[in-house]
Amino acid sequence: MSTHQASFVRASMIEASPAPALEAGIVRWLRKNLFATPKDSVLTIISLLILAWLVPPAIQWLFVDAAWTGGGRGVCATLSQGGSQPEGWSGACWAFVNAKLGQFVFGRYPLEEQWRPALVGILFVLFLVPMLIPKIPYKGLNAVLLLAVLPIIATTLLPGGWLGLPYVETALWGGLMVTLVLSFVGIAVSLPLGILLALGRRSDMPVIKMLCTVFIEMVRGVPLITVLFMASVMLPLFLPQGVTFDKFLRALIGVSFFASAYMAEVVRGGLQAIPKGQYEGADSLGLSYWQKMNLIILPQALKLVIPGIVNTFIGLFKDTSLVSIIGMFDLLGIVRLNFSDANWASAVTPLTGLIFAGFIFWLFCFGMSRYSGFMERLLDKSHR
Amino acid sequence: MAIGVTGTPEKRKSSGSIINDPQVRGIFYQAITIIILAVLVYWTVQNTVENLQRANIASGYGFLNGRAGFDLGQSLIAFTSDSTYGRALVVGFVNTLLVAITGIITATIIGFIVGVGRLSHNWIIAKLSLAYVEVFRNIPPLLVIFFWYSGVLAILPQAREALALPFDIYVSNRGVAFPRAIFGEGSQYTLFALIIAVVASFVFARYARQRQEATGQRLPVLSIVLGLLIGLPLITFLATGAPLTFDIPVAGKFNLTGGSVVGPEFMSLFLALSFYTAAFIAEIVRAGIRGVSKGQTEAAHALGIRPRLTTRLVVVPQAMRIIIPPLTSQYLNLTKNSSLAVAVGYADLVAVGGTILNQTGQAIEVVSIWLIVYLSLSLATSLFMNWYNARMALVER
Repeated sequence: MSTHQASFVRASMIEASPAPALEAGIVRWLRKNLFATPKDSVLTIISLLILAWLVPPAIQWLFVDAAWTGGGRGVCATLSQGGSQPEGWSGACWAFVNAKLGQFVFGRYPLEEQWRPALVGILFVLFLVPMLIPKIPYKGLNAVLLLAVLPIIATTLLPGGWLGLPYVETALWGGLMVTLVLSFVGIAVSLPLGILLALGRRSDMPVIKMLCTVFIEMVRGVPLITVLFMASVMLPLFLPQGVTFDKFLRALIGVSFFASAYMAEVVRGGLQAIPKGQYEGADSLGLSYWQKMNLIILPQALKLVIPGIVNTFIGLFKDTSLVSIIGMFDLLGIVRLNFSDANWASAVTPLTGLIFAGFIFWLFCFGMSRYSGFMERLLDKSHR
Repeated sequence: MAIGVTGTPEKRKSSGSIINDPQVRGIFYQAITIIILAVLVYWTVQNTVENLQRANIASGYGFLNGRAGFDLGQSLIAFTSDSTYGRALVVGFVNTLLVAITGIITATIIGFIVGVGRLSHNWIIAKLSLAYVEVFRNIPPLLVIFFWYSGVLAILPQAREALALPFDIYVSNRGVAFPRAIFGEGSQYTLFALIIAVVASFVFARYARQRQEATGQRLPVLSIVLGLLIGLPLITFLATGAPLTFDIPVAGKFNLTGGSVVGPEFMSLFLALSFYTAAFIAEIVRAGIRGVSKGQTEAAHALGIRPRLTTRLVVVPQAMRIIIPPLTSQYLNLTKNSSLAVAVGYADLVAVGGTILNQTGQAIEVVSIWLIVYLSLSLATSLFMNWYNARMALVER
């Protein structure tokens, strides 16, 4: 029997043949992702056409035709507009951004004193970066440096007026510096205040609960611009004669209160998501209210709502641009102020300035949202 | 439950000093809060009254009857500089509603398209949608408004060299001019026909649903309703002799004359709010669709329901349950963001109020009007949301 050989049974393995041409490599990818169905193909072609129509002119405008260097509006205006560019020219005026960069960062802060905000900025980066990298130890010390030492240094250095430093009034502050100071203070105030408001809203004491609810709903119900108007117009009315608040401080108060109300709702969401057993467990251990919250509830609740907290931070960062409406010069305000500079006024200056400001805002917000995603994944893993 | 009932306050009091009684402590803290608050309010009111007296400002809403003395760029209802402050505020409110409603409609359309696009299997569509969301979500809305206002609309050609689009629409740096419809004699019948068609559609849709519940037979609801809504007014319109003419904008020597003009202020605000909010709506839509578990689709397919019907009857209703609550809060955000109008000089409620505030100094009254209007809008929205949630909430056993 064993000698019998069936000629139709293959005795050796054959070589694996390559995948069909349509099912391999880039062709497969294209067929799967771009041309899967006729409808898909049409959509792909339409998108490609739109891209071809939009992207090359945009690159042309932003980089190729752009005026990169120059000392005045001449490089950004056509001959008939009194400039040196040929008729029909249109391109980004980066020379404008280049020339005004100092103003965009420091506002009208006196030139010889600009080392002060620069130093604060460097310290801020030095304290912030190790805080953000999870592997670096001494987080407690780092937090003290960032949240206690840095504000003290900043409030000493930025306005000055003592230690031999000349006083720089806040009306001269501007640019990215104001945006960052407003957001930093807003974030540093709104998180603890928001947590307190959220705890208050979930409190058993009816008076506290009602006060917190009314505050949160009132602030959340109105646009930020009215809160800023309130802070800038009504706050002076409420104070006795002679007591005046700095305009910058008023804006700070408005922005911080506004962000606190939103933060409170985010935190409340986290508090509600904690199972009741955690509260009862803490109670049964005999912990006091604050021990219960600090040791058991808040660490869990805050971890749950990190995306919401960062979204509120991003919202706050974007909202700081609104202070330009009440006459302060944050990044957007100072960029817009410079549109009216006769030395640089041209048809393309506003668009260039706005694209620059937009890019800076985008960089910060995008960075924050990416970091929050990273943090979320990190904490999620430790959870399992 | 019986154990919980025995924990009455009398029993707890006996267990220790009165200082450690949580209830006594609670009352004590609340009393302190009330006292501090009362002192603060008294002090503030005192200061305010003094400040107002010194500045010679009469408090109260009497100023609303005063002559405004300023003109408003755009108003849907008649307004001149002789009108009252009260009327100016009404114009502002109407303008806020106008930009909010048109913005909500456009933002919803763009948002749904981009949100569905993000889930597309088509790589390029998904990436384009992602790019759209990431760009607009991370830029302040105010900057987007200025981008349209001083970046795009301001460098359009002057009115006499306006860009001509189809249907006699002209685009220039003065805004968009388009033909204005003038309804002639007898056009009210067309309106009546439309109203009748809407009512009839509702009745028919209701009947069709009842019939389906009773017998399981489906009627072609969509085509009949569309036929009613389009056909009936159209027939009436033609039967009454097509009483509609257009006032077409004509390019004159310096300016466009005739037609309706929408100013660049409205256009920039409207475009910016639509594009900005659409990015958030897109994310909500995406989360909503992703939130419907795949098992639902597979189960529907297993039952033999066709893909299109699966989407319509199984996926969309469940996705809407997730989408609607955050969507309403985005609508509210858009309405609140419309207050950025003040930056480009579009006469919305906040811009008009700000002008009045500067002219009269009636800060408290103007701010209180803002508060009342915006708070009632939020309240109305949250009432709607609660009603909708109650209606749509998953009924679990």
